[in-house]
Amino acid sequence: MSLSKIKFDKKIVLSFWIILIALIIAAPTILPVFRLNLLGRYLSLSIVALGVDLIWGYTGLLSLGQGIFFALGGYCAAMYLQITSSSEFPNNIPEFFALYGVEKLPFFWEPFKSPVFTFFAIWIIPALVAGLIGFLVFRNRIKGVYFSILTQASLLVFFNFFNGQQKLINGTNGLKTDVTQLFGQMVGSESMQRIFFWITAILVIGAWFFAKWVVKGRFGNILIGIRDDEPRVRFTGYNPVIFKTIIFSIAGGLAGISGALYTVQSGIVSPQFMTVPFSIEMVIWVAVGGRGTLLGAILGAVFINYAKSLVSEALPASWMFIQGGLFILVVTALPEGVLGWIQGDGPRNLLQRFGLKRKIETYPSLEVNNKEGNNE
Amino acid sequence: MNNKDLLNLINITVSFEGFLALNKLNLNLKKGELRAVIGPNGAGKTTFLDVITGKVKPTKGEVIFKGKSLVGRKEHKIARLGVGRKFQSPRIFENLTVKENLEISVTTPKSPLNLINKNIKDEQLNEIERLVKIVNLAQKVDSKAGSLSHGQKQWLEIAMLVGQKPDLMLVDEPVAGLTDEETDLTADLLKSLSGENTVVVIDHDMEFIRRLDSNVSVLNQGTVLCEGTMETIQKDKKVIDVYLGRPED
Repeated sequence: MSLSKIKFDKKIVLSFWIILIALIIAAPTILPVFRLNLLGRYLSLSIVALGVDLIWGYTGLLSLGQGIFFALGGYCAAMYLQITSSSEFPNNIPEFFALYGVEKLPFFWEPFKSPVFTFFAIWIIPALVAGLIGFLVFRNRIKGVYFSILTQASLLVFFNFFNGQQKLINGTNGLKTDVTQLFGQMVGSESMQRIFFWITAILVIGAWFFAKWVVKGRFGNILIGIRDDEPRVRFTGYNPVIFKTIIFSIAGGLAGISGALYTVQSGIVSPQFMTVPFSIEMVIWVAVGGRGTLLGAILGAVFINYAKSLVSEALPASWMFIQGGLFILVVTALPEGVLGWIQGDGPRNLLQRFGLKRKIETYPSLEVNNKEGNNE
Repeated sequence: MNNKDLLNLINITVSFEGFLALNKLNLNLKKGELRAVIGPNGAGKTTFLDVITGKVKPTKGEVIFKGKSLVGRKEHKIARLGVGRKFQSPRIFENLTVKENLEISVTTPKSPLNLINKNIKDEQLNEIERLVKIVNLAQKVDSKAGSLSHGQKQWLEIAMLVGQKPDLMLVDEPVAGLTDEETDLTADLLKSLSGENTVVVIDHDMEFIRRLDSNVSVLNQGTVLCEGTMETIQKDKKVIDVYLGRPED
């Protein structure tokens, strides 16, 4: 890698940090609670996008079923909140059960009485489900388009199951969290929402560092190797099945955390989290932000969703066209995504096209290296 | 078959929906041997490598490597047992640097836990340094492998093969697309590897095979037509018929 590229990256990273920290500090005072809450939600979505970037951008597994793990995390959080706030309802169980004549708490709700269990369940249950699905699929060497179709089919199975189980989890109505209590406060209250915003902001940064740690070094190189030439990895003595299962499981866990944070900030979890378009949107955020850049996934998720809410307020019903157009633009003009384009030669090429920068006469690497006296 | 043999292929038959890619092929390799395998297109040379490395399961027959049967084992298990393979067209990880490519090959054990937890060992780094010097890529360690020339890619893949420290190296057309000078260097490199390692080289290039100065097996229609030194097989009438061409042609 040449010197200028490293400096360039550092500049981007530094400016990103300054903007980010400023935003996090300023957000609760500058933004009205409504906007703050939206930003918090979009930040929580960026965690699921990080997972998509790990499995798709780095490992080449295009999953259209991340909504499963996202919703599972959300349900875990919502079940705990519902159960801790159910003391004044008949039979001491959440209110909705009365609608369907259920008098006894279904067995799988029991462990969610414990906050410790819930804390772990939010990310471990989605990670285990992802690991199991992943292992079965990868062991049978299902990949490419077939993998994508299979994940989407699993998504539909989960969607239909959750949709139909009124007596277990309130079916299509979902579980509301905004009127529940946590530490004696209403979850939907302003002060709680402010706290959730901070937690989300910290967790996004944590998830980002975690993802960076996963892809740095040899483990990440094997992931890239699997993406680019899986049989070659196999003939070198690595078992791709294990690597793919691990990374898919990690992405599932991240999706679970993301879903839980999203649920407490939007006030409800429902099977709508497992609709097909929502899982495809997750992929679009990463594609637009920049595959294989991690940061691009975060920026993509936050900016596209913010744009979505702004556009929807101004011009209702036009957002789907804009989102579709954005996706087409990225696929045709910026295949590396916005961040990938910036990190590559994109800006230089654009300036050249307008005659603002000298054209490169030979290979870029030669020119750049000569300028800096790098020995080649 | 005897104890000194590293690899025995016994009556290997591979049938692709009735088409016999390999037909009762028998082949024995001694430890430390350098063996060239030649044959016309479609003779089954690549299928022969696929069977050893586990990519293709033989319809009939047995593959014995270091006394163990390889049939039915997964590719990565066979690779860990000590079978390394270089592909026909260079297959390296173009988005990784030369050094990262070699790290993938020299790393042991090849488990996820080892890769994510620990840093690469010093002796493995030294091995990488030694390898890049041998294949003349010392100046390029931090370049993306995709930016290398065709010859350099071939050499990087050979270095990756050596870095894997396999007991058996299977080398498929290592000099395709190389200049004469690079071809000579490759031949010397492969010769120097044999002795300690067992090397099987598949190629079309007769000059290159001659330069290897090794035993040659000639494949035709999925079976071994003839084995011997270059001089013997050049005089063999069957070989002349199917491969080298009749003198009057």
